[in-house]
Amino acid sequence: MAELTMIQAVNLAMREALAEDDAVILLGQDVGVDGGIFRATQGLIEDFGAARVLDTPLAEAGIIGMAVGMALNGMKPVAEMQFSGFSYQAFHQIENHVARFRWRTNGRFSVPMVIRMPYGAGVRALEHHSESREAYWAHTPGLKLVIPSGPIKARALLAAAIRDPDPVIFYEPKALYRAFKEDVPDVAEPIKIGKADVVRVGKDLTLIAYGAMLPRAVDAATKLAGDGIEAEVIDLMTISPLDEETIIQSVKKTGRAVVVHEASRSFGVGAELCARINDKAFFHLEAPVKRVTGYDIHPPFFAREQHYLPSVLRIYDEARETLTI
Amino acid sequence: MDSRFLCNRIYILFLLKTGRLMAKTSPPRSSKTSGSNAKALPEYKASRDEMLDFYKQMTLIRRFEEKAGQLYGMGLIGGFCHLYIGQEAVAVGFQSALKEGDSIITGYRAHGHAIVSGASPKSVMAELTGRSGGIAKGKGGSMHMFDPKAGFFGGHGIVGAQVPLGTGLAFAAKYKGTDNVVLTYFGDGAANQGQVYEAFNMAKLWNLPVIYIIENNQYAMGTSVARSSGQQELYKRGESFGIPGKLVDGMNVLEVRAAADAAVKHVREGNGPILLELKTYRYRGHSMSDPAKYRTRDEVQTTREERDPIEFIKKRLLEDGAEEDMLKSIDKEIKDEVSEVADYARNAPEPDPSELYTDILVES
Ligand SMILES: Cc1ncc(C[n+]2csc(CCOP(=O)(O)OP(=O)(O)O)c2C)c(N)n1
Ligand SMILES: [Mg+2]
Repeated sequence: MAELTMIQAVNLAMREALAEDDAVILLGQDVGVDGGIFRATQGLIEDFGAARVLDTPLAEAGIIGMAVGMALNGMKPVAEMQFSGFSYQAFHQIENHVARFRWRTNGRFSVPMVIRMPYGAGVRALEHHSESREAYWAHTPGLKLVIPSGPIKARALLAAAIRDPDPVIFYEPKALYRAFKEDVPDVAEPIKIGKADVVRVGKDLTLIAYGAMLPRAVDAATKLAGDGIEAEVIDLMTISPLDEETIIQSVKKTGRAVVVHEASRSFGVGAELCARINDKAFFHLEAPVKRVTGYDIHPPFFAREQHYLPSVLRIYDEARETLTI
Repeated sequence: MDSRFLCNRIYILFLLKTGRLMAKTSPPRSSKTSGSNAKALPEYKASRDEMLDFYKQMTLIRRFEEKAGQLYGMGLIGGFCHLYIGQEAVAVGFQSALKEGDSIITGYRAHGHAIVSGASPKSVMAELTGRSGGIAKGKGGSMHMFDPKAGFFGGHGIVGAQVPLGTGLAFAAKYKGTDNVVLTYFGDGAANQGQVYEAFNMAKLWNLPVIYIIENNQYAMGTSVARSSGQQELYKRGESFGIPGKLVDGMNVLEVRAAADAAVKHVREGNGPILLELKTYRYRGHSMSDPAKYRTRDEVQTTREERDPIEFIKKRLLEDGAEEDMLKSIDKEIKDEVSEVADYARNAPEPDPSELYTDILVES
């Protein structure tokens, strides 16, 4: 058991995967000598060598395209994009190849690879370095999209992602990298990709969140508890494929739901969740499903960043509103 | 001091003086390859006033950037802040060769380019501090600077992605029948992005008036050119597209200016694109947090001592008979100006929250 931050937990998962399987390699800009811009790969080149921890040139399309070739040929590459905002340089490789190889080859090939990238606001960065565009990936069939909300889950989910037979986009909420520590077990307790986690049990309404918004949803639930309201909180963990069962079960029980994400509102993950709940739990609903999200704008520079992000208070207020109906 | 060390130092100084060595890390100059060459250029013959102007502009950028570094340290600047310290001669030398209607575009290490192209230092600093008086109303930050009046098209955070944009600017300049040219700056790291080469091909295909300027400061974040590029003579990267290249000492503003004049002439006369590799050096970390494991302190120190672009022009001015006192009073003026700039940037109000919803699409 070790007290780790999320960035250390991500590091641990990669260290374990490198030790366990020679087919695993890491590649990306500055992942080697520098240990990654957020230090996710710190110390790994020293222990596993430059042939397995590859410093690449600045060339995202090339990095992802090569990782596809490696994966087709028996390797398990874990590629790092320094920020999710740079992954669009490789969008065509992800959309056209990463997501489609199993389908295009009728299952004769697959690309077991992971693309790690930090996303999200809240660290006083600026444009291209603060966005939360998970909907792009969730919208693309053939990709799995995983988003951890803390150290223990990050370690277990990344371990699962690297061992997964399909490509996984591993979206890391950078605001949580060093936000808090957890006791990470010596041996990972496996978490299955495709499963959500009920982190708090309640009967009055369901708060659904993921990534950096999960702690805020939990805080809002605590505040609601002060008013005598018992909120159930679900951490999605895997955005795609979505664990519909856990969500529907909860909403059938509570009759009310509020979805929280920092991504802009329109056409986002929240919209998908609303639609699924309408489909499968409509007759159990006591109130319309609410969304607490970022606005339909580009995340602003630091002075107004917190204005953009859903706050505990905004989540609390919206939750109270669903309860008045 | 170890005598062998001393001998080496004297030898290096000798080589530098005689122009036979640009830097320890420079590739050997060779002029054999067709279309591209690394022959040292004869310097631009600058008048005293021109040299003074170079000195002032470079010093302004240096003091401005030092101040930005301080404000960042005080928590007044958020996000990233890529300082141009060490590279001043490049933007200053090139800008002096342009005429009305020419334009420039660059990456995120953009404060110096913005200022020399005519953006007010106050508006640049206030952008860094995220204030409403900033050049992007405080909504963008360090790598988000534009000034249409100055022909300055940014300020771009996606490495290398400005290269096709600059090529498109050049297309438009030609299409509209002007004889204007476009300076498209990018880094040695950016030179490895694929879209750079898509742009090179189209620039030559349509003979566009674009000058590609690689500011080779030897590093892309923590990765040296040697560790990222199989072929390290970046000025040859246009050759197979038919774009001639030239290696230039980016620490010597007079050589920069000479190269700029020649390139502008070539391009303005309708001969199509040209590529210049400017050997330069960034003294500070890549951004404000930089573990600096990728180079030695000694390397930085030696470059500062032996190749500093401001010291270079200062020395030339003194040799030319300029008074040391006059240079000192210029330094003082600039220092005062930068203090004023910083005060402005600290005290301007933050953008109104309502500003966040503007400029996403045209207001209907
Ligand atoms: C497409 C993309 N990939 C990665 C980054 C992160 N990044 C910012 S600057 C930089 C290094 C660029 O080096 P270079 O082009 O040499 O310019 P310099 O910083 O030396 O001025 C990197 C990797 C980015 N901003 N955009
Ligand atoms: Mg560089």
